Amino acid sequence: MTHTELSEMANTIREDIVKMLVSAGSGHSAGPLGLADIFTALYFDILKHNPKDPDWLDRDRLILSNGHCVPVRYATMARAGYLPVSELATLRKFGSRLQGHPERLRLPGLESTSGPLGSGVSQAAGMAIALRMDGGRQRVYCITGDGELDEGNIWEAVMFAAKERLTNLTVIVDRNNIQIDGITEDVMPLGDLAKKFSAFGWHVIEIDGNNIEAVINACRLAEAVEEAPTVIIAHTIPGKGVEYMEYDYHWHGIYPGQEDLPGAPPKAEQAKVALAQLRTLGGQIRSEHQ
Amino acid sequence: MIEPKQHLHPDVLTPEAKLEPIRAGFGRGLLEAGHRDKNVVALCADLTDSTKIGDFARSYPERYVEVGIAEQNLVTVAAGMALTGKIPFTSSYAAFSPGRNWEQIRTTICLNVTNVKIVGSHAGLMTGADGATHQMLEDITLMRVLPNMTVVVPADSVEAEKATLALAALNGPAYLRLARDKSPVITTDKSPFDLGRAQILRSGTDLTIVACGVLVYHALMAAEVLAAEHNLEVEVINAAVIKPLDTVTILASASKTGAVLTCEEGQIAGGLGSAVAEALAEHAPTPLQRVGVQDRFGESGTPGELLEAFGLTAPHLVKQALELIKRKS
Ligand SMILES: Cc1ncc(C[n+]2csc(CCOP(=O)(O)OP(=O)(O)O)c2C)c(N)n1
Ligand SMILES: [Mg+2]
Repeated sequence: MTHTELSEMANTIREDIVKMLVSAGSGHSAGPLGLADIFTALYFDILKHNPKDPDWLDRDRLILSNGHCVPVRYATMARAGYLPVSELATLRKFGSRLQGHPERLRLPGLESTSGPLGSGVSQAAGMAIALRMDGGRQRVYCITGDGELDEGNIWEAVMFAAKERLTNLTVIVDRNNIQIDGITEDVMPLGDLAKKFSAFGWHVIEIDGNNIEAVINACRLAEAVEEAPTVIIAHTIPGKGVEYMEYDYHWHGIYPGQEDLPGAPPKAEQAKVALAQLRTLGGQIRSEHQ
Repeated sequence: MIEPKQHLHPDVLTPEAKLEPIRAGFGRGLLEAGHRDKNVVALCADLTDSTKIGDFARSYPERYVEVGIAEQNLVTVAAGMALTGKIPFTSSYAAFSPGRNWEQIRTTICLNVTNVKIVGSHAGLMTGADGATHQMLEDITLMRVLPNMTVVVPADSVEAEKATLALAALNGPAYLRLARDKSPVITTDKSPFDLGRAQILRSGTDLTIVACGVLVYHALMAAEVLAAEHNLEVEVINAAVIKPLDTVTILASASKTGAVLTCEEGQIAGGLGSAVAEALAEHAPTPLQRVGVQDRFGESGTPGELLEAFGLTAPHLVKQALELIKRKS
């Protein structure tokens, strides 16, 4: 895909996210919207995978550690051909394959179950070491939140992956500066994450996580790193693409239409405004019919 | 017959029953506990408002501690504060605390006998659309097996408020289980609450139902149906305090009615039903049926859909009760 096609895809995925959350009547907005560019880069460029054969042994593995962001994964997987786009409307409903937090056994291609934060990097490290034992060339990618880095389990894995020199492991931190109770530096300051990871023996790349080209370049660069696992600290905008959500932590765990919030349109208008902004790329194009 | 001494809410069995999340009562109780005793402190792990300690945090900011998303740190910092004279209430979702930090609770709180209160919100299927990872079903079991631990599962928001105040006044480890979604308010300010007693909400002679948490309401509704349609008088016991269990009240009721149905919104293994089974088996073997989640995980759905699908609503309890009564000797 060309870069223009990739950014159009990211935008389509954002529209899907808004529609699925509205249909679900609950769920997380900010994180998934902010991660749409990273997911587009991974599924449509970086990952070796096969939607027709999700269990293909030679596939790269993608672990979503911050499971609450799964709407972006479901939407991207649908656009990549893992499931019908129409199924996205079943998110969080009784009997759906699209559980509120991802469950591996429900939907092929999810790789693991998550939601409780802090367990993804360890599982990714476990996959990376197992693949290396078998002489495999597959790479393992793991996405974590930044608030999620409060969990001690993450740092146990960070030490472990460096000790084992897991060069086939790339962790992408969604550095959006928000968590539930506020901005990360108020709730639990993370400080200089690049210095922290490099002190733990990791190769560190810092990028604009809403720039698809930067995401692709960083992932390619990580493949060339010898001796150490790589962390990509991806600075993203929470709620990216929907102006009234951007940078505002209140949108962590609610959907458009759930609450009247300062700076946002009235509840009843929120979904419409969000979709209009996404369709027109924030006013850059006047309508999708132009 | 509904026990007049229980002062139940007059609307509870009507379609006008007042609805409120059980966790809201904890929020009020904690605020009042903080007012009564300046040693009461609250700790949270990035879930301040949804676990309802926001009002305490705003009223007593100097006694509120945010530890970030770190549940092992949450309870161990609390243990340290308790060792230094504070009365810490820790709050998170039950799946993470006590789900993730069980060993820390075991050693630094229970073996150590520190005065820490663990509050697990969003327990059970009432958590709804978030799905299995967040619907904690094993917490009663996990907490009940710990020596020195008191375990309380309030039936409604009013009882949760009283339980919070009682636990603040109790010197020792405790676990308080709360639900996310709205549920009917059963009790009133006048209703009795005692950490040493189970409450007989309705007296009867044909069958005993022992329930806790949101299922107390469904047990009362089932008792109404059994009386109206089957001419059966059912005794309904609210066992909000699962540990120490009031076996005296339960055994006396079992010997009167000759059959016991337990119901809880949690895993069937090791919960309230198991505690009742242990007491009956050792002291007075009685036909028993346990209703709960049958060794499986939850899933996404509305709380109503899930309670129905998992067989925990009044019509299911009625069916189980009728089957059980056939087994009476
Ligand atoms: C172990 C655990 N504790 C608490 C939670 C509740 N929780 C869900 S998301 C979240 C905040 C996560 O912050 P971050 O990783 O930065 O994600 P973002 O808000 O940016 O989407 C919390 C505390 C959880 N899911 N798991
Ligand atoms: Mg974040």
